[in-house]
Amino acid sequence: MSAKTLFAGLLALLLTSAAWAGLNIQQWTTPQGARVFFVENHDLPMLDLSADFPAGSARDTRATSGLANLTRHLMSLGAGPYSEKDIAEKLADVGAQMSGRLDGDRAGFTLRTLSGKSERDAALALLTAVLTAPRFDIDILEREKARVIAAIQEAAIQPETIGAKAFQQALYGDHPYALDDSGEEDSVKSLTRAQLADFHRTHYRAAGMVLSIMGDVTRAEAEALASQMAAGLPAGDAPPPIAPVPVRDKGGELVIPHHATQSHLFMGLPGLKRVDPDYFPLHVGNYVLGGGGFDSRLTETIRQKKGLAYSVYSYFIPMAEQGPFQIGLQTRRDATREAVESARAELARYLQDGPSEAELAQAKNNLIGGFPLRIDSNKKILEYLAVIGFYNLPLDWLDAYSAKVAAVTREDVLRAFQARVKPAAMSTVIVGGQLEKPAQ
Amino acid sequence: MKRTLLLAGLAAALALPARAEIVEQTLGNGLKVIVKTDRRAPVVVSQVWYRAGSMDESYGATGVAHVLEHMMFKGTKEVPAGEFSKRIAAAGGRENAFTSRDHTAYFQTLQKDRLELALKLEADRMANLILSPDEFAKEINVVMEERRMRTEDNPQAKLYEAMMATAWQAHPYRHPVIGWMDDLKNMGVADARQWYERWYAPNNATLVVAGDVDPKQVMVWAEQYFGPIPARALPVRKVQQEPAQPGTKQVTVKAPAKLPVVALAWHAPRLSDPDKERDPYALEILAGVLDGHASARLNQSLVRERRLATDAGAGYDGIARGPALFYAEATPAEGKTVAEVQAALKAEIDRIAREGVSETELARVKAQVLAGQVFQQDSLFYQAMQIGEWTTAGLDYRDRDTRYARLREVSAADVQAVAAKYLVDDRLTVAVLDPQPLPEGQPQFQRNLMGAGHVR
Repeated sequence: MSAKTLFAGLLALLLTSAAWAGLNIQQWTTPQGARVFFVENHDLPMLDLSADFPAGSARDTRATSGLANLTRHLMSLGAGPYSEKDIAEKLADVGAQMSGRLDGDRAGFTLRTLSGKSERDAALALLTAVLTAPRFDIDILEREKARVIAAIQEAAIQPETIGAKAFQQALYGDHPYALDDSGEEDSVKSLTRAQLADFHRTHYRAAGMVLSIMGDVTRAEAEALASQMAAGLPAGDAPPPIAPVPVRDKGGELVIPHHATQSHLFMGLPGLKRVDPDYFPLHVGNYVLGGGGFDSRLTETIRQKKGLAYSVYSYFIPMAEQGPFQIGLQTRRDATREAVESARAELARYLQDGPSEAELAQAKNNLIGGFPLRIDSNKKILEYLAVIGFYNLPLDWLDAYSAKVAAVTREDVLRAFQARVKPAAMSTVIVGGQLEKPAQ
Repeated sequence: MKRTLLLAGLAAALALPARAEIVEQTLGNGLKVIVKTDRRAPVVVSQVWYRAGSMDESYGATGVAHVLEHMMFKGTKEVPAGEFSKRIAAAGGRENAFTSRDHTAYFQTLQKDRLELALKLEADRMANLILSPDEFAKEINVVMEERRMRTEDNPQAKLYEAMMATAWQAHPYRHPVIGWMDDLKNMGVADARQWYERWYAPNNATLVVAGDVDPKQVMVWAEQYFGPIPARALPVRKVQQEPAQPGTKQVTVKAPAKLPVVALAWHAPRLSDPDKERDPYALEILAGVLDGHASARLNQSLVRERRLATDAGAGYDGIARGPALFYAEATPAEGKTVAEVQAALKAEIDRIAREGVSETELARVKAQVLAGQVFQQDSLFYQAMQIGEWTTAGLDYRDRDTRYARLREVSAADVQAVAAKYLVDDRLTVAVLDPQPLPEGQPQFQRNLMGAGHVR
């Protein structure tokens, strides 16, 4: 297929998706300062909702590592008039599903409920209590600390989790993005009820809340529920922004011996912010390198041609500050060095030449042609609302997506990759065995 | 691979036909085509299901169903190796495949006007696959890496594998879907070819299309692309009955881990007659009473109140070609023994067999079923998946509604009865993960050059 026919295909795709674009996102701010993002849709008798706060693990310190996670977790285990048993039973009684989530930047809850008034009201009353009046029962806290510690101990044995943790620390050093969401054994042990209550009071404020609502309610109903939820939250300003990730020019290699049959490779550096001028060049460019699955160079070389790995990939995780760029794979022990060198060679070649015109066109065809798949369910739309709201992306971010992808040039990709992915600054973590001894 | 949670299991069974139109037709060559219209988004899902999974394999060639799944991306005369994925990707699609004990399925999700491409490519590889020794030699290494990643280095997966191999003495469900490592090492391209020639025929397949499509047009394309592929005589499928189990079975797996795990599996019936049978539905409800939500019996008792375990759960999935298992499992908390936790799991089961369940618990599980029936409609892929699973399991997808009605009829007495009937020691396999510390004296060398200025 020539680049020309690819380009013609791309234009056709732009036209079809343009004809369908236009997700009507309604946005407002409650009197308490909570920002609401709403898409009204009555196709199915259900409602999806998420409440997110700047209360992720980057708010911890080494001494309090695990506090953000445990606070969020305990919030759903007893709140206001409801015991932990009540919360689970009353949710189940109306068939609702509530779950929590947390990463470096964000913490919050998602709720999925039937939209009939009685089910909806019951489910929302529970979520409101969880957000506004958590009990932080001491007995439950001690029980959950023991469970978190058990999980931390298990993670300290398995190669994948050992590697992921070492990689995160190698990338971020003293920056809070280095902290494990679950925390450390000693820090979790030391956490107190007062710390949890204080973390809730200072981080779960209306001023920092992003409430995303998708589904079968009217604007008036959505406004009412948002106000009701925000009214009970602690008062005060939103927490300050997360500190920038320090610039680094030196990386290195860490080898952690492990008995496992496969070695695990992690390679990368801090790379991309959610609001970043290079977002689209890196997003499109990474498709070609290792984001496009069977369409990517890393998979083509390391899996398809050499049979060295089942899974090999590269990705950027855009965060409030620079989230990681990561290349990863797993391979049998005796192929470790070959796989590491192959991945490095592919990256070096990409940093030298960038994508070809044909590769770039292929990436754009997939990203633009696949755009409708990104928003083909209530759940997926809710996730976009939450991201647009939390990171202050423009409301037309989805509408503009295809045009921004289309505008990326080879030169943009090459320049952005060269600026962000500096081999000298990259950290490599290998968990496994059978590497040759390092040269002295 | 793991236990199926109640909600997922039930959601798989239910659909609201009022919203969606389903059209079915069988082509002259035996290919069953099922089209479900759903116009919520301008998207279409296409899935081709082959009624051939690891249960159809024989000793010495375990894993071949899954290996063939990998080889299906390795080219035909018209579409060279790797091109299938490239063409779907160029159309903005996402695609992959999966193999289970019962089936192998291939899928694409695309903008609605790209469906024809997917059908054309699937029909091509149903009939014209090239199985080259060179491609096979590379791909078998990829599959072995997959086995290392999923099983060899994963203590829970090893436990599950050992539990299956123990619970089933004769039935082929005892083999892991990915195959035993030794069989993978000894496998050749001829094994893959034999598998392809045996099972990849239109009369052993179902095409499921769901999304914003015109069913008439889909049928025209199905006939155009799949219609010319001739039907083939399929090998005789012999009924493989698992012999009755004379007593409790036990297996221990040692693996590097911190925490032990105890898993229990009882032989239980699958769903074979959705209208007349009652027990499979009662077993589903029982799984919900034990583990349908965070305050269900196992978590509430073992984890929250008595603090014997850090996790506890149960599950049952009756939609399968072969016989089913009912599972319960728990991870002992620090300082608690496997024996204590195993006894506590069994005590919870015995309590239901003895005393039954409350009407409140029953109503709660049914409320979740009802909601799940609505929620599952949010996923087009899942809707197609249910139709494929039901059809491949030998059931009529239209009976998903029957099943819903039957679930609502389950009484507290039914739940008590199935607990007493099936969750007994002579149907039980106990599998225990015995955690081992990492080997001593490990660091042969460790160099940490972070920040030391050494750069590769």
